[in-house]
Amino acid sequence: MRRILSILLENEPGALSRIVGLFSQRAYNIDSLTVGTTDDESLSRITVTTKGDDRIVEQITKQVNKLVDVLKVIDLTDMSHIERELLLVKVFAKDEATRAAVTRVVDVFQGAILDMGRQSYSLQLVSSTDKIESFLDTLRHETDIIEVVRSGAVGIGRGDKALKAK
Amino acid sequence: MSKQEYNGSELVVKSLKELKVKYIFGYPGGSVLDLYDALFQQDDIEHILVRHEQAATHMADGYARATGEVGVVLATSGPGATNCVTGIATAYMDSIPMVVLSGQVPTSLIGDDAFQETDIVGCSRPIVKHSFNCRSASEIPNILAKAFYIASTGRPGPVVVELPKDMLNPELTFAYNFPAATELRTYNPNTKGHSKQIRKAVTAILEAKKLVIYSGGGIVLSNTSEQLTHLVESLNAPITNTLMGLGGISGVHPNFIGMLGMHGTLEANKAMANADVILALGARFDDRVTNNVQKFCPNATIVHVDVDPTSISKTIKSHIPVVGCLATVLEQLQTAIDNSPIKIDRSAQEDWWRQVISWREQKCLSYNSDGDKIKPQAVIEAIYEATNGDAYVSSDVGQHQMFAAQYYPFKHPRQWINSGGLGTMGFGLPAAMGVKLAFPDKESLCVTGDGSIQMNIQELSTCLQYNLAVKVISLNNRSLGMVRQWQDMIYGGRHSSSYMESLPDFVKLVESYGHVGIRVNTLDELQPAIDKAMSITDRLVFLDILVDEKEHVYPMQIKHGGIDEMWLRKGVKA
Repeated sequence: MRRILSILLENEPGALSRIVGLFSQRAYNIDSLTVGTTDDESLSRITVTTKGDDRIVEQITKQVNKLVDVLKVIDLTDMSHIERELLLVKVFAKDEATRAAVTRVVDVFQGAILDMGRQSYSLQLVSSTDKIESFLDTLRHETDIIEVVRSGAVGIGRGDKALKAK
Repeated sequence: MSKQEYNGSELVVKSLKELKVKYIFGYPGGSVLDLYDALFQQDDIEHILVRHEQAATHMADGYARATGEVGVVLATSGPGATNCVTGIATAYMDSIPMVVLSGQVPTSLIGDDAFQETDIVGCSRPIVKHSFNCRSASEIPNILAKAFYIASTGRPGPVVVELPKDMLNPELTFAYNFPAATELRTYNPNTKGHSKQIRKAVTAILEAKKLVIYSGGGIVLSNTSEQLTHLVESLNAPITNTLMGLGGISGVHPNFIGMLGMHGTLEANKAMANADVILALGARFDDRVTNNVQKFCPNATIVHVDVDPTSISKTIKSHIPVVGCLATVLEQLQTAIDNSPIKIDRSAQEDWWRQVISWREQKCLSYNSDGDKIKPQAVIEAIYEATNGDAYVSSDVGQHQMFAAQYYPFKHPRQWINSGGLGTMGFGLPAAMGVKLAFPDKESLCVTGDGSIQMNIQELSTCLQYNLAVKVISLNNRSLGMVRQWQDMIYGGRHSSSYMESLPDFVKLVESYGHVGIRVNTLDELQPAIDKAMSITDRLVFLDILVDEKEHVYPMQIKHGGIDEMWLRKGVKA
């Protein structure tokens, strides 16, 4: 099943490649990976989405935790949490009918039209990974997709609990 | 007066002294010449010049295994560093504390494909515990303190430190600030067993009717052999060791039932298969132990103690995991056992021992010693006798390694030095050299074969330079014995590339390096040759022993079978 892990680690050169290397070296799957600094500049936070049964995910979590650069790892999947992903997508929108249809889809999904070309629209959607999939499916019914860029999911636990150094 | 300042190379040397380093194993080259110049100008640390960087890593590794200290390697950038990769991987697989200092091109050239540039931190990433890129010379003491701390604590392992040439520049000086204590917020190696888990473990252990203790390299690494022996005796349980764990309890202890696994004893593997509780201590259920994991010890409750949580339930699900340092956890277990109201069922234990002894009485390690040919097993037995079982024995990889593990009972931890995890041919000689350097008055043997010895034979030259009077016991079967054994057993006897054509005359070769070489052709020459070798203590002696080339290592687990499904000898199943 799909799992979403949050990793807090030292913001040092090579730290990211240790995480990525670990996944490939142990033949774990990465569906998406995002990284950025946190409010504490000495720390980065990575969100990884992966697939595997409980045994594999337990190993992944333990192996990531074992890396010397890693401060904390949590599996958000079973916790109450919020997940968001950014999608940028360019679609064909040559004629009025298509443009109207695309605009309607964007409205329904609460996305945005960021740019218009002579024959294309560039769209944005910030949402859950699920909803992004369904947005893309819906767009495919109305027009052809030219280009897709996805940020990968980021996640945060609900409520007052936080993943922090201390 | 301002505080004295030092250049980067001096900072390295000063820090290493602070860390009580006595030897560095290495090979110079362009990017580290400044550091070599700093080493030249002091006498506290001796640099051992090898003939190939791979041997430097194995020598540091052998030194580390025998002493428990951190082995230190120094190599230049590019090929010097990449030559270390096999040795780093060897140390990583067996959790050996090692720090590898690698040169690098100056920071201004990194990424330009400069002469002798290799991203060694990148190359070694999957086979190190951690690594450091040094980008500020003043940070050198701090980085080295961390590197040694990480390498030697928790589950030990190799750490690579990359030192670009400009970090070692003699023109630029800095204050020397060696940290008083090393702490990393992301790394906490000293862990205690969870008290609830300890209670569960003790209940399972004391209520067991068929308990087996299965201990591994963790016992050796954590120096807990005495605690283990006390535990074994207080429980009166049978104990088996992994290949890495041999010597963790004395090989002649009455409760010791031999090594387990692929070439383990029948009694060890049978005891595991029939146990109701297995207490695993610092072992990792390696595939060379378990055989088919689906069939592994179906009736056993598994209590697994390890400092590394990733070792737990990785291949075999643990029912009662205990994460913690063995020294602490063994103490916790012992206290809880001593104070527990649960009494061991001694009559069940007697039945269990009767069963174990009945397996032991099948004498699975007996071999056919008829005929004129020298049996490799007999050679190991003879050197055991000749050394009173007290020698340090390093081995290479193959049949001779298994024969040494089976026929030389190790009385002490750290006495048996072999590449168990990675299985690195070429490990034995440099490892034995590292041991000899650490303990010049002790016998340091290298048990090897005609295949393995040729993978680092150039180190005979290093032995001469530093007068390392290692004894090389080469079981020469004119073939890659273990490969050929598998080809005999599994590949219809098709010996694809497993025999060694054009072997050198090892005696002449050894003599040309300035050592003593003795060839043993026949059985009646064996004992006199061993006696002669033992009488020479100030020179390296190489025994080239022509053993029976048809001999196979038995017992041997049957592929895809359970742990106790074994060939006892040709065509005979357990």
